[in-house]
Amino acid sequence: MAAPSAPPALAAIEAPRPGCIGDRVLRNEDARFLAGHGEYLADLDIPGTREIAFLRSPVAHARIRSIDMPPGAEGRVFLLKDLGDIHPVRAVLTTPGFRGSDYPALAADTVRFVGEPIAICLGATRAAAEDLAQEIVVDFDELPPVVEIEQALDPASPSLHGWPDNICFVSTPGGGEVDAAAKAAAVTVTREFRMARQCVVSLEGRGVLAYWDRRLQELVVYSSTQQPHVIRTVLAKLIGVPEHQLRVVAPDVGGGFGVKNNLQQEEVAIAALARRLKFPIRWVEDRREHLIASPQAREHRVRLTAHADARGKILGLEAEAVVNAGAYSIWPWSAAMEANMVAGILTGPYAIDAYKGRGVTVVSNKAPLGPYRGVGRPSACFTLERLVDEIAAKVGREPHELRIDNMVRPEQMPYRTVTGKLFDSGDYAESVRQVAAMIDVPAVRARQARQNGTGPRRIGLGFASYTEQTAHGTDEWIARGLTEVFGYETATVRFTPDGKLIIEAAIQNHGQGLETTLAQVAAQELGVDPADVVVRHGDTAVSPYGMGTFASRSMVMAGGAVGRASRQLGEKVKRIAAHLLQVKPADVTLANNCAVAGARSVPLKSVTDAAFLHPENLPAGEDPCLDETTTFQPLSGTGAFAYATHAVVVEVDTGTGLVEILDYAVAHDCGTMVNPMIVEGQVQGGVAQGIGNALLEESPYDSGGQPLASTFADYLVPGAPEVPTVRIAHLETPSPFTAYGIKGMGEGGAIAAPAAILNAVNDALRPLGVELNETPITPKRILTALHDARTERAR
Amino acid sequence: MKPMPFDYARAKDVPDALAALADADAGARVMAGGQSLVPMLNLRLATFPRVVDISKIAELRERSESADAVTLGACVTHGEIEDGEAPEPAAGLMRHVAAGIAYRAVRNRGTIGGSASLADASADWVTTLLALGARFIGRGPDGEREIAAPDMFLGPYFTAMTDQELLVRIVVPKTSRDATWGYYKVTRRSGEYGLSIGAVILDPAREHASVVLGAASRTPLACTAAAAALRGAPRWTEALETALRTAIAEDLARAERPFEPHEAIMVETTILRAAAQALGVS
Repeated sequence: MAAPSAPPALAAIEAPRPGCIGDRVLRNEDARFLAGHGEYLADLDIPGTREIAFLRSPVAHARIRSIDMPPGAEGRVFLLKDLGDIHPVRAVLTTPGFRGSDYPALAADTVRFVGEPIAICLGATRAAAEDLAQEIVVDFDELPPVVEIEQALDPASPSLHGWPDNICFVSTPGGGEVDAAAKAAAVTVTREFRMARQCVVSLEGRGVLAYWDRRLQELVVYSSTQQPHVIRTVLAKLIGVPEHQLRVVAPDVGGGFGVKNNLQQEEVAIAALARRLKFPIRWVEDRREHLIASPQAREHRVRLTAHADARGKILGLEAEAVVNAGAYSIWPWSAAMEANMVAGILTGPYAIDAYKGRGVTVVSNKAPLGPYRGVGRPSACFTLERLVDEIAAKVGREPHELRIDNMVRPEQMPYRTVTGKLFDSGDYAESVRQVAAMIDVPAVRARQARQNGTGPRRIGLGFASYTEQTAHGTDEWIARGLTEVFGYETATVRFTPDGKLIIEAAIQNHGQGLETTLAQVAAQELGVDPADVVVRHGDTAVSPYGMGTFASRSMVMAGGAVGRASRQLGEKVKRIAAHLLQVKPADVTLANNCAVAGARSVPLKSVTDAAFLHPENLPAGEDPCLDETTTFQPLSGTGAFAYATHAVVVEVDTGTGLVEILDYAVAHDCGTMVNPMIVEGQVQGGVAQGIGNALLEESPYDSGGQPLASTFADYLVPGAPEVPTVRIAHLETPSPFTAYGIKGMGEGGAIAAPAAILNAVNDALRPLGVELNETPITPKRILTALHDARTERAR
Repeated sequence: MKPMPFDYARAKDVPDALAALADADAGARVMAGGQSLVPMLNLRLATFPRVVDISKIAELRERSESADAVTLGACVTHGEIEDGEAPEPAAGLMRHVAAGIAYRAVRNRGTIGGSASLADASADWVTTLLALGARFIGRGPDGEREIAAPDMFLGPYFTAMTDQELLVRIVVPKTSRDATWGYYKVTRRSGEYGLSIGAVILDPAREHASVVLGAASRTPLACTAAAAALRGAPRWTEALETALRTAIAEDLARAERPFEPHEAIMVETTILRAAAQALGVS
């Protein structure tokens, strides 16, 4: 385990104080968002900015024979050769066996997916730039495309990157005696599961604006990104601008969900070009580009076998997960992230001692795959939890009771899984018991008995449990073989002379409420009013170096850094206040914008006045000013594990194939909650995306590699009427490894919903002989399965 | 997703619009509410040198009522029908249908004439107006002519109107006082186009029943066998349901292509539920 920088020493909170950790503080950032005053990339108004349209490949796989420029292209159309001496992106794992490939900023010789950028076209308006792009004629020598997983696995298919085949990486996690488990098993259940390829669909698409600042002699890159600092680092390497002459700014970002958690080819191309131009250039991704050319998500095929005893206790698991990673490996996660994650966590929250996993990453002529809320977990959870229900059906037990019996028990914590993850704390089975009580299992069973079989609408009940590794530390990223190790976060906490507080953090807040929750952490330590704290983030020029917001890490990591910095700063505040009050520092506490010692108190602004403007009032030997910068790493290098169990009641209409969600309940544990209101919002939003995953969202391609869902008419996402209000119960087991016991939780809602909903639908339809193991469960898939089962029964 | 350059002209009256359409080489395209045309232009799926906006023509915004019919100008919006700002010919059916079209923002601008002229087979009005036996009044260089609903919708995005004609109004016969209707639309999510639409109108006083299946094939399908089975049926019975299933199978056999098993289940459900609703079974 990597040594943490210091023990957290920031203990869990016993009783929440107003405005501090644990309080339902209204969000500071909402005032500007609700008034329509958010400033997103498209809102930037920098004089002289020209707009970009990318010429993108219309074909899935081809060599570029020639590119004919229209009249007027001079100085308005730019190809790779016009961007200077830049390097292609090469996103690899350090793990032996990983096959690397180059991803050029703009395609010059070969295109490998529909939507791959070929040229930058400039215009006074986006429309003018699109007109120009339309005039460019590219002569393609089309090559046979590799589209679906089966083709990509076929050694006879053309190789995309000059490898012997299209397999990028194979991981083989596991341990224990699977053969012995198989021999001892009373039941063995095998299924194949598929999760469709999805688009991420952040409300705001991606976007980049860049220009050379002549006064500061620096390249300024605005990007709708989740991780400005690391983007600066990688851009500097690729385009040859030193980091101290490169500033990356993420303005307001309208949702990320992972799609802005990558280095984008467009960022590289635009930054490289802007360095050579005398005016700002901007690209705002439109929805069609987003659905076609943004990094996409999922597309898994998982075969899973479980060996269990006669009561359904799982003795061993065998899995093969194949993931279609698309055309290129994207930085920094690499193409293998999804398959490795799925294969690495397939034992779920259960105490399973024997596991043999295989994660296979294949490449194809589809858009590259990137992280999306949950990363491999929605698929791993879907696969395992579906199989748990099938085991339960086979041994004749209630699925939720089977889960309780198989789960890691509280007295086993911290628990090392067979794949090496360290579960830190919690009572997993209690989440099942609580959610089962919320959903009222006996009442649902009674309703099923009354209703099912009497008409076309059938009721079903589904559960799904998971653990979510959050705030992955140094050990985890090293174990994954990443070229950069995102093991810490940083924050500066500084008072101003008038007694107000500014937090400068390297994370990026794009919906998580961090402008409020980080202020709550500072309030906890410094007694300031959180509504009065300014949180600045997302800009390499305003904060120390840090990693950004992803992997459910920011509250643990940046919260820990703000907590540590505030605690240290608070010690200095207390020393100065003690001097002003003529008491001992140990007798001073900070609350209500004051330093208090018994009946005596002094306003914080008197302390800051002394610190900044009146050094003559400071205690002897005390340095002026009040600011502090610290980093934070959790004590465990594999992070903190949140967990939950979801329960859902659905009504399946066997006449239309539509699924209605009647009730949805979640019992979860993310350790200490900084702001339960925000936690509940995250759960609700995650479930909404999980409903899309389960029922609606799919990015299909035709056999030529053309994406078939390129507008919202074809790519359906849930709207308000499709998303029920989720009933939420909080368990709160502080993590022993993090500041205040906080666990991450941003992705959790999305993880279990597909599994829970598919389990519920299968529960409703099982008596009809139907089993559905592929997302999304569309009316077509449900009705086809019903028809097939009916035909089968008639035989 | 920005359109190619095009000329924009706002027609002040119908002759003005017809003049713009008369020059075939000008490539003019009529825009009413623009709720389908503008996205098509933005996606560059359609390019027209000239767009003629008819939404401000007063005549096309008129609506009137006679003893036996309601007449709606082509540019009456879905929202106006939803809000009861147009006479209702069919015991609330048109208001019900209007309220279920896409989203309110679309309904504020989208028009009944625009929808009928575009003739998207999945659109609500195409199905509903066929079920109601509406008549479409087009005006062109040679004056006006009337097209009956069964003759209007020839294929997807293809109507009986010529390029020089403008749909100016729609005449919808009134149903009798005790007429009933059923309308059942299957959508994967609220506001989307229907995967399948069933429209049923039962008007015993006129000894009339009509059943139309929409969205499931290239043009709405008039289900005459199902209509015959429903004509005069006083209430929903198991015998009626059985007869209807047989009749629906007969109607579906006349569709231009065979239905896949999942489609057959869905369209049968759609028609049965619309019929049940028309007979007071929810």
